[in-house]
Amino acid sequence: MLRSHRRLLSAGAASLLVLGIAACGGTTKDSADNSGAAAQTGASADPNAKLKEGLKIAFLPKQLNNPYTDVEVGGGKVAAGELKGEYKLVGPNDASASSQVSYINTLIQQQQDVIGIAANDPNAVCPSLNQARQAGIKIVAFDSDASKDCRDVFINQATTQGIGESLVKMASELAGGSGEIAILSATPNATNQNAWIEVMKTELAKPENAKLKLVKTAYGNDDDQKSFQEAQGLLQSYPNLKVIVSPTTVGIAAASRYVSSSNYKGKVAITGLGLPNQMREYVKDGTVKKFALWNPADIGYLAAYAGAALASGQISGQQGEKFKAGKLGEYTVGAAGEIVLGPPTEFTAENIDQFNF
Amino acid sequence: MTATATAPRHLLSGLVKVRELGIILALVLLVGYTAASNPRFLSGQSIRDILLNTAILAVMAAGQAVVVITRNIDLSVGSVLGLSAFTVATMMSDNPGLPMVVAILVGLAVGGAAGVLNGVLVRYGRVPALVVTLGTLYMFRGVTYSWAGGQQVNADELPRHFLTFANDAVLGIPWLVLIALVVVGGVALLMRNYRVGRELYAMGSSPQAAELAGIKVARNLLGAFILSGALAGLAGVLFAARFGTVDAAAGTGLELNVVAAVVVGGVAVFGGSGTVWGAGLGALLLTVIGSSLTVLDINQFWQQAIVGALIILAICADRLVAVRIARSLRKKDSHV
Repeated sequence: MLRSHRRLLSAGAASLLVLGIAACGGTTKDSADNSGAAAQTGASADPNAKLKEGLKIAFLPKQLNNPYTDVEVGGGKVAAGELKGEYKLVGPNDASASSQVSYINTLIQQQQDVIGIAANDPNAVCPSLNQARQAGIKIVAFDSDASKDCRDVFINQATTQGIGESLVKMASELAGGSGEIAILSATPNATNQNAWIEVMKTELAKPENAKLKLVKTAYGNDDDQKSFQEAQGLLQSYPNLKVIVSPTTVGIAAASRYVSSSNYKGKVAITGLGLPNQMREYVKDGTVKKFALWNPADIGYLAAYAGAALASGQISGQQGEKFKAGKLGEYTVGAAGEIVLGPPTEFTAENIDQFNF
Repeated sequence: MTATATAPRHLLSGLVKVRELGIILALVLLVGYTAASNPRFLSGQSIRDILLNTAILAVMAAGQAVVVITRNIDLSVGSVLGLSAFTVATMMSDNPGLPMVVAILVGLAVGGAAGVLNGVLVRYGRVPALVVTLGTLYMFRGVTYSWAGGQQVNADELPRHFLTFANDAVLGIPWLVLIALVVVGGVALLMRNYRVGRELYAMGSSPQAAELAGIKVARNLLGAFILSGALAGLAGVLFAARFGTVDAAAGTGLELNVVAAVVVGGVAVFGGSGTVWGAGLGALLLTVIGSSLTVLDINQFWQQAIVGALIILAICADRLVAVRIARSLRKKDSHV
């Protein structure tokens, strides 16, 4: 849910909405993280060290009982099983800034080896996390980063560049390499949206995409009704439109619903970033051929492997260190201890039923 | 006495008619201009889209118009829509076999219950409607949030007959549009031709006089809020069927569009005048503005500015009408 706040009037609602955003991946932050603070200098890493067995790996998501979070930590549980480690899940019921602190303290007392945390607040958890690190616990932030100097590594779900590239790639495939495309974004001032759109424009300027023409960027304000109307407007204004790219979950669902019930169905393709549960209907009725999003299960999975690699001494969180993460293959630690999950997962009619989030 | 009484009433209805004529004129101009620059604006698909988009707003505007005519306001309608949409969507996804009629009845009931609360607080709590419904706006939204949490009902969880309801048509007219027409027509008829309707106008013109005249103000006021709530609940069902995706934020901020439609439609904010038809036309005008500005490729920021200008224009027209009536009444008096 890449929602943005809509009305000042609904401040109360908005504060609850923040819960929703926070729970669904904190994508507005983190993506463009380029302050180059030096990674924590720890003990030197031995890339050939064996992964330890029986590691105690604890996950502390933003909040429990959130479908998206459940899928994330579910991936962590699978990985902990593969590593023959002990998986533990704790977490607060609300995603407020300070709610995770007491859980971290408990985890320290339980002498866990690894804590995977999706920080509700980058700074509020810091003192506790540093205590944990002094006790020898490795900290892997995922989904939403903790401050750089109080975690060992951060699993970044996707880079701005990666998302922009894959959006253009899908649009190009659906348009057959040439034709008019349009973007249906959220609000005109959404940071992450605009960063992705910028990357898309750079990609479109490349010679191999010369035949693709971006005719308009419309804004649906992450509002169903408004996105609906904007999709209608795009289709009326540009009769030769081949693809609508909507990098927001609200926009892509609204555009798909509109096209699936109009006579544009089959003539115009929809793609972008969406949630499989929300899009299943339109993928099955043929309106949407493919769309993308990072796979939350892979985030948890990678976090567990990164934690095991840290605890086993394979990596220390320094840039350039490499480790293997089971079925996902080899990863390299980037600047400031960031590990990028990779390009987003593409969902199609063939694979969509394997995902439930 | 009778002669003097009928003359101003005649004049009044004449002016009100002129006001609605203004909306129709604005609509014709807007559609004409947009169609001239992009003929597809008048294609079957486009007209269907505009009518479908109007339907939900028009249903809510009809209820709101009644409340505003009594010199009150119902700001909670957006939240009531959200609550009803989430209730009905959850119910339909848990019991896919339920017929559409049940969904509509449940939506009406949820909205009606919300309306009872509003009405009771306004009438018996003696609190201004603006404050009460601002409170319930947050309350109902809060209830929906605490119930839904981060959950969302998606299109693939909803039964097919529920989703196709939004697009299915009888004699070429989509159900959604038909419902909106029946609601606006029915409420307009009630307000125009029935005793209770005239009483509501009287209450809006002068609450104290209405009370002294023996009008059952409490009953009528409660009825007006229940109607507004129930129609917002109905709109919630239509919303769920049309959009297929319902989360706790459904309909956030919609109340302002509804009030705008009512005011632009010529219902005076001080109560006592305006028609439900006008409110329905107001809803249509706002929707057409939204659609035509996207088609004309005009920056959407202008859209809000234009809607705002229209509201101010409508209020100015209100004031003008009031001044003219007052003047003409004075003249009549001097003649007699």
